[in-house]
Amino acid sequence: MKTDSVLEKILTSGQLAVTSECGPPRGSDPEVIRKKGELLRGVVDAVNVTDNQTAMVRMSSLAACIHLRQMGLEPLLQMVTRDRNRLAMQADILGAYSHGVTNMLCLSGDHPKFGDHPMAANVHDIDSVQLIKMVRDMREEGTFAGGEEIKEPPKMFIGGAANPFADPFELRVARLAKKASAGVDFVQTQCIYNIPKFKKWMKGVCDRGLHEQVHVLAGITPMKSVGMARYMKNKVPGMDVPDDLVKRMGGVEKKKQAAEGIDIAVEMIQELKEVEGVAGFHIMAIEWERKVPEIVERAGLLPRPST
Amino acid sequence: MAAPTPELEPVIVAFCCHYCAYTAADQAGAQRLEYPSNVKIVRVPCSGKVDALHMLRAFERGADGVLVAGCLEGDCHFSTGNLRARKKVAQVQRLLEEIGVGPERLELLLVSAGMGSNFARAAREITQKIRALGPSPISEAIAARAMNRA
Amino acid sequence: MITAERKPLEEILQSVSSFDRILIVGCNECVTVCAAGGRKEVGLLASALNMSMLKAGRPVQLTEHTLERQCDPEYVDELAQLVTGADAILSMACGCGVQELARRYRDKPVLPALNTKFMGAAERPGVWAERCAGCGNCVLGVTGGICPIARCSKRLMNGPCGGSGNGKCEISDEVDCAWQLIWDRLKALGKTDLYEQNMDAKDWRPAGGGGPRRIVREDLTE
Repeated sequence: MKTDSVLEKILTSGQLAVTSECGPPRGSDPEVIRKKGELLRGVVDAVNVTDNQTAMVRMSSLAACIHLRQMGLEPLLQMVTRDRNRLAMQADILGAYSHGVTNMLCLSGDHPKFGDHPMAANVHDIDSVQLIKMVRDMREEGTFAGGEEIKEPPKMFIGGAANPFADPFELRVARLAKKASAGVDFVQTQCIYNIPKFKKWMKGVCDRGLHEQVHVLAGITPMKSVGMARYMKNKVPGMDVPDDLVKRMGGVEKKKQAAEGIDIAVEMIQELKEVEGVAGFHIMAIEWERKVPEIVERAGLLPRPST
Repeated sequence: MAAPTPELEPVIVAFCCHYCAYTAADQAGAQRLEYPSNVKIVRVPCSGKVDALHMLRAFERGADGVLVAGCLEGDCHFSTGNLRARKKVAQVQRLLEEIGVGPERLELLLVSAGMGSNFARAAREITQKIRALGPSPISEAIAARAMNRA
Repeated sequence: MITAERKPLEEILQSVSSFDRILIVGCNECVTVCAAGGRKEVGLLASALNMSMLKAGRPVQLTEHTLERQCDPEYVDELAQLVTGADAILSMACGCGVQELARRYRDKPVLPALNTKFMGAAERPGVWAERCAGCGNCVLGVTGGICPIARCSKRLMNGPCGGSGNGKCEISDEVDCAWQLIWDRLKALGKTDLYEQNMDAKDWRPAGGGGPRRIVREDLTE
């Protein structure tokens, strides 16, 4: 084992891992994060905590991770390179690890244009690939990005994101290879709706043997309504929602659409379980955390392994 | 802005391209078509050669209206001079707005050499329009300064 | 070139409102090429200011002058006499020119009439786009001649991010995805192997992180 991460143990054991996420509140009330965390207890192996998601100010990912850790849950610290330079990021990583946070997800972050502070400066001192490398060097070499030695280096299990659906498609496997060579341990993918395209990407991943270096968690987001399906199809950059899925959601009456969305998510997990290289699932039920237990159970992913 | 005065004789500068607009104005004269003497014609090689600075300086020196007149679309002797004139007129209109001189005091007119009557009509119309608008705030300010000095 | 745009007239008027004799100074270099602060724009601004002041009943004395290069002491010197007769200087150069005038004429207010924008190139007549961020350590040799620092919205050195679609950046259909351009060019050059070589975290000292930058060429100093 490279780290004390529960997620690493499960993935290394070859069992399918399950992660989900919690968006911290746009306020300072810790109860919000505690309630969301409680819904996921015993249902997932680690809980992602987003970092100023969609470039909107929220309670810091680090603080929210500490709340979850104090509840005995396994948090996964998301960190974007948009808001901090390498000094601040390393400081937060040391702080997170000191609180028993052992998982990280290294991201570049949504552009401020999409958030509530479009006037803010974009930091981008380093990018997500370089962040992965930095966290890896902190763990493996015991050094800071500046080269000095770290006393008690933080040993983070390092994650990244992968979007099989963005353009140019031919670069999507190569970009994962870049993250692998930077030292990423696992990736969580963008929400998958276009299964054939995902399989094509996954085949490319396996052909290069990348699935043996990097655990790939397939991203699943249940749709609440046909409106949401259309929104994701047309408005969210890098999202690929096939027409027949939108049609299927629209084909049932409004109050049954949420249930249909859950059915679709469960069916997708069932199908993706059989795909070579899929090491687990990352279920992003945006402001719908209470549905995660049902999805995980119906997908046959319960009980979670005890570690 | 002062109320329109019936006795106002506005000064309107018309930059006319040699090939179409100027010839049209000439024809209007030859055909004895009347148009107001308020319109002072400046002959230019092409409407596209009328710089933003020419239009602006005309207003600065007291013109109440400015007309940039070129060939019909597709007929410019320099191919696209009249289209460039259209963009420049729009640019100066935006600048006039910033200065606080009504952008409607500046107009583009496209005519062919044979359209003497069209030119005469446009000259009458712009004179009427400017007369209704009253003197430009700049020509007013120039007049007021001259009065104070006297 | 360095690109710039004129500030709104109202802001310029406000900045010169307490002066009676204003010297407007243009520059024959970059700002002439991008039609923001050359001789013609100096004339347009003088005319616009003159009309605005006349209208406000507060006529001012405006002097127009355009220098060969406003960021060079040699040329800035030639303004001495005109500056003596002015209460303030309105510069139509980039920020470098404004500062050079301020340095040379210490007791004279120097006000910017332009907003300096970026180092860019003309895409087509009337359209300029950012090309270089002046990072001090050029990577164009390995990125197919397209700069990810100046042209990727997230300044990714190892892009593209997940927001690239149809060759465009997620922030706007008007913005090309720099990494799509880089990839296309690397393919055209037969150099796609360069893509998978991770670029290390950048040293930003040459980019200004080490403090204000200078170049000293001993062979040219006096």
